[in-house]
Amino acid sequence: MESVVETVKTGTSFLEEAKRRSGEDLSLCYQCLKCTAGCPTAPFMDVRPNNLIRMIQMGRKEEVLGSSAIWLCVSCETCGTRCPNKIDIGVLMDALREMAIEEGIPAKERNIHLLHEAFVQSIKRGGRVHEATMLIDYKLRSRDFLTDLIPGMMLFLKGKIPLFPSFIKGREEIKRIFEKCEKK
Amino acid sequence: MKFSYFPGCTDHSTSYEYGRSTEAVFRALGGELVEIEDWNCCGAAATHSINRLLSLCLPARNISKAQSAQVGPLVVPCAGCFNMLKRTEYALKNDEAKRKEIEEIVGFRYDPSFEILALMDLIVNRIGTEKVRERVKRSLKGLKPACYYGCALVRHPKITQLDDPENPQYLDRLMKALGAEPIEWSYKVDCCGADLALTYGNVVKKLVGRIVSMAKEAGAQCIVTSCGLCQANLEMRQEVDLPIFYFTELMGVAFDVEGRDQWWKKHMISPKRLLESLGLA
Amino acid sequence: MRKLGVFICHCGVNIAGTVDVKSVAEEMGRVEDVAHSTDYIYMCSEPGQQIIREAIREKGLEGVVVACCSPSMHENTFRKAVKSQGMNPYLCEIANIREQCSWVHQKDREEATRKAAEIILATLEKVRKNESLEPIAMAIDRRVLVIGGGIAGMTAALDLAEGGYGVVLIEREPGLGGHMAQLSRTFPDLDPALPGLVAKASAVERHPKINLLCYSELEDVKGYVGNFDLTVRKKATLVDWEKCNGCGDCIRDCPVEYASPFERGLGMRKAIDLFYPDSVPSKPVIDREHCQYFLDKGCRRCEEICPKKAINFAQKDERIELKAGAIVVATGYELYPMERLGEYGYGQIPDVIDGLAFERMLSPNGPTRGKILRPSDGKVPKEMVFIQCVASRDPDRYMPYCSRVCCMYTAKHASFYKEQVPDGQPYIFYMDIRSDCKGYEEFLQKTIEERGLLYLRGRVSRVFQDDGKVRVLGVDTLTGRMVEVAADMVVLATAIVPSPGVKDLAAKLRATVDRHGFLTEAHIKLYPVESSTKGIYLAGCGQSPKDISDTVSQASATASKIQALLSTDKLLQDPLIAFVDEGICSGCGICVEICPYEAREMDRRRGISVVHEALCQGCGACIAACPNFACELRNSSASQTLRMVDTFVA
Repeated sequence: MESVVETVKTGTSFLEEAKRRSGEDLSLCYQCLKCTAGCPTAPFMDVRPNNLIRMIQMGRKEEVLGSSAIWLCVSCETCGTRCPNKIDIGVLMDALREMAIEEGIPAKERNIHLLHEAFVQSIKRGGRVHEATMLIDYKLRSRDFLTDLIPGMMLFLKGKIPLFPSFIKGREEIKRIFEKCEKK
Repeated sequence: MKFSYFPGCTDHSTSYEYGRSTEAVFRALGGELVEIEDWNCCGAAATHSINRLLSLCLPARNISKAQSAQVGPLVVPCAGCFNMLKRTEYALKNDEAKRKEIEEIVGFRYDPSFEILALMDLIVNRIGTEKVRERVKRSLKGLKPACYYGCALVRHPKITQLDDPENPQYLDRLMKALGAEPIEWSYKVDCCGADLALTYGNVVKKLVGRIVSMAKEAGAQCIVTSCGLCQANLEMRQEVDLPIFYFTELMGVAFDVEGRDQWWKKHMISPKRLLESLGLA
Repeated sequence: MRKLGVFICHCGVNIAGTVDVKSVAEEMGRVEDVAHSTDYIYMCSEPGQQIIREAIREKGLEGVVVACCSPSMHENTFRKAVKSQGMNPYLCEIANIREQCSWVHQKDREEATRKAAEIILATLEKVRKNESLEPIAMAIDRRVLVIGGGIAGMTAALDLAEGGYGVVLIEREPGLGGHMAQLSRTFPDLDPALPGLVAKASAVERHPKINLLCYSELEDVKGYVGNFDLTVRKKATLVDWEKCNGCGDCIRDCPVEYASPFERGLGMRKAIDLFYPDSVPSKPVIDREHCQYFLDKGCRRCEEICPKKAINFAQKDERIELKAGAIVVATGYELYPMERLGEYGYGQIPDVIDGLAFERMLSPNGPTRGKILRPSDGKVPKEMVFIQCVASRDPDRYMPYCSRVCCMYTAKHASFYKEQVPDGQPYIFYMDIRSDCKGYEEFLQKTIEERGLLYLRGRVSRVFQDDGKVRVLGVDTLTGRMVEVAADMVVLATAIVPSPGVKDLAAKLRATVDRHGFLTEAHIKLYPVESSTKGIYLAGCGQSPKDISDTVSQASATASKIQALLSTDKLLQDPLIAFVDEGICSGCGICVEICPYEAREMDRRRGISVVHEALCQGCGACIAACPNFACELRNSSASQTLRMVDTFVA
C-alpha cells in the first residue's frame, strides 16, 4: 500500500519554505502548462516544470530537490515571462538549487553543478572568469576529460582562450564579498 | 556622449571581436566609452545557481564603481552581463531589505537614478537609428540577416524592460538603418541553451540546430546577435555554416571602419565569403 | 384564383449552398397562379422584406409563400411585412427549406433542390385555401400566482408588486427564504446571506400588493393564460397567526426536540417552532408528527403558556380559491440525498456532511454558532476534505449535468475553514474548476492566493471510517499518484436536484419537466423564462441549477415578461385553432377525452362538442380523433392537408 498510495500529510512546510525562499506564490499555479510548453530543456527533464510546482504543493521535498529538472533549467525565463499567475519559475529554480545545496542533496546533474562551482571559484580566484583554468578545474572535478574537447580546442586555436588569467586589483574586495555572501 | 562601460570577461576571450567592433563603432559615432575601473565578473550564468546573494553582490560592485565614476549611464554590450546587472538593479530598486543587505556587503549606497543600458538599446533609442543611418558609408543592401535576441535581452521583461519579449524589433530596426533586409522569423527569442554548452552538448546541438535551420529556412544569410554566449554557441554547435555576427560587426561594415579582418579571423564560420558576395568585404 | 408570390431565401449559404435557389425560383415562376417568384440572399433583412412589400404592392399579390428557415424563426417577421401592405397575415405561409431540407441534405444538391421545390409547391396549396383570420381577444385577470418563497419567488413577487400587479405568493414551508436562508455568506462578495434575505422577506410580508400564504401548497389549477382558476391548500399551522404575537414562550416550553431539517440534522428543533430562528413571518407552527399532543394527547404546554390563546389543536387545513392571469414556478432545489451515495458512506458517517450542512455550521445562527466542529465529537477538524462533483457530472449513476455552484462554494468553504482553523489543512478534490461568472475566477484566484488551498485533481474513489478518522482515497492526476487523506471531516458538494413534488406540480400546471425533473423552458435561448405552457413562467433552480445572481436575474426577467403579458386588458390569441362543424358533430365526446389542454367541452344542451377558444393550442389531436370529420383546424383543413400530401406523392 505505502509504495503506491501517497498519504497526504499535514502541513506543507516544504511549500511554505519554497514560497518564502523564492518569493513566488506557488499556490497560484493552476497547471495550465504554459511553462512546460515553452521550456527549451523540459524534454530532457525528469520532472517537467509544471509537475515540479505540483510536487512542491504536495510537499514532496526529496523528489523535487533530487530532480534533474532543477539543474537542467537554463534560466532563459521563458516560463516566468509567460506565466499567467506571475510565478517566476526561473527564480524558483534558483531557490530550489540553493536549497538542495544547503540540504546536501547530491545534484542529480552533477556535472552541471560542478561547472557552476568551477565558474564561481574562477571568479573567487581572480575577480574575473578565466576560461582555461576554469575548464581545467571543471574537468578535474568532473573527471570528464573527453566531452567537448573539440569545441574547446577550436576556441583555443582561434586565440579565444587566453592562456594566462587577468587578475583584478580588488581581489581582496571580491574575497570579502564572497565570504559575507557565503556566511548568510 | 560619454558612457561608463562594462566589457565583461569574454571581451578578451570568446567575444574578442564583439569588444573590438563595439569600440570601433562607438568611435565612429563620436562617443566615448569609459571602462569601469577594475571591474569584476558579473557572475554570469553560474553564480545564481550556487549563491543567489552572491549573484546580486558581484554585479553590485560594478554598479558601485560605475556610479562613483560619474561618467554617465553604464553601457553593457553583452546581453548576458546586461541581464545580471539588471537583476541586481531590480533587487536594489524593488526590495528594500535586499538593497540594504547588498549595500552593506559591497560597501556603497545605491543611487536609484543611475542607469544601466544595453548597448543595443543605447544605439537604437538614445543615439537613434537616424544618426546611425547618417554614418552609413556602405549600405548593407542585399544582406538578409535573422535578428536573434535570445533570452537575456528581453527576459524577464520586468527586469530588462527592453522591447517586446515575444517579438522584439530593436535589432531589426538597426539592421534596416544599415540598409540590410532583416527577415521575419519565429525563433528570435528562443533559448540557444548556452548554459549547458559545456555539459550537455547534445541538448544544445538540438536547440541551436533548430534556431539556425529555422533562420535558414526563413531565408536568412546570417544571424545577428548581441550576446557573447549566444554567438559562440550558435557558431560552434551548428552544422550548416551560417555565419553568426555581432550586431556591432555589421555596423562596422556599414560604417567602413578599420581592422575588420581581425574580427573575421576570430569567427569559427568565416563570414568573408558572404560579405564578398555582396561586395561588402 | 388568387395571385400568389414566392420568395426564396438563400440564408447566406445555409440554403443556397445546397439548394439551387435560382432554378427553384424560376420553376415557381412558371406555376399558373404565381404572379411573382424571386430569390434573395437574406429575405428576413430589411431589403429582403422590402422586396416582398413591393411585390405585393406592384403585382397585387393575394397570398405569399416565403421559402426560408423554420417558421419559429421568422413567420412573425414576414406576416408583419405582408400586413403592412394590407394583406391578412394568415395568407402568408413559411415553406421551411432550411431545417427540413438544405441542412439535412447537404450532400445531395439535386435531390435537395427537388425537395425544396416540392415543399414550396405544397405550401402554395395551403395558401390557396387559407382564410383571412383575426386574432381572438380574451379578457384577462391581472393578478399573478408565485409558487415558492425562496429568493427567486420573492424577487419575482416584489418586482411584480412594484409594477402594480397583485401577487399571491405561496410557500410550502412556514417561512420565507428557501435554501438561501440556510447559507452563511455568499460568493463572490462574501456578504452574509441572511440580512439581505430577511430584508427582502420583510418587504414581501409587508407589501400591500402581495398576499403571502405560507405553509401552503397549490392543489388544483384550471383555466388558461390570463384566466387561471386556482385552489390553494393552506395547511393547518395549529397556531392562530392572527392572534400570535411571536413571543416565543411556546417554543421555549415545548418538551419535544428532534433533528431539524433546516439545520440539516446538525441541530434540534421543537415540535412547535419557527421555520428557522430569524424566520419571516416570525410565527411558529406545530409539527403533528412530533407533537406529544398528537401522539398521546399527553401534553398541552404550549396551549397553557400562550398569553394570546393562539394555539388551536383543532385547526383544519383551509382551501382557498384564487384567480390569476399568470403563474411563476419558483420551486427551487434540494441536494442529492447522501443516503444513496455508496462510496461516500451512504450518509452514515457522522463526519461526512453535505454543503448545506456545512453552511449551517458556518452560520452565526446555526447549530454550532458559526464554529466548525466535527459532528461526531465536537472537536475542531485539523484535516478537512472537500469533494466536488459528488453525484454531478456522472451520467451513468447519478446526474449528468454540472450543478454550477459547487466549485465556487467549495472554494468559499475551504477559505472559511482556513480562516477559522489557520493551522488546519483543507484539501479539495475536483475534476475541473468552473468559474464562469462575473468576478468568480478572480474570487477563486484570490482565495487560493490568500488561503493556500490545495486542490487535488481527481475524483475520490472511497470514503470510509477508520480509527476516528475519515479516510479519503483518491488520485492526484496532476502527479499521477494515488493519494490518501486521513481526514477529520469531509464536506461533499452534492448535486443540485429539483425539489420533491415538482413533477406532480408540473402535471397540474400542464408544464413539462426534463428527465431529471427540472422544468423545461419554451426555448433554451429565445424563451428561457417561459414554460412550454402559455402563462406559466419559470424562475430559479426549479428550471436548472444556478447561483443566486442568475436566479435573481431570471426572476426579474420572468417578472418583466409577465408585466408585458398583463399590460393590456385583452389578450390576443392566435386564431389557428380547432372549430366544430356543428351539423356533423354527433357529440360522442372522444375529442373531450383526448384534448391535452382541456379545451374541448360538451355542450349538453345542444348535444355537441364545443371548442374553448382560449384554451385550444391548435395541436390537432381532436381533428385526428374525430370519427365524423366534424373538427377542423383553421387554415389546416383536411382538404388543404390532403392537397399538400398529393403534391408530395404526385
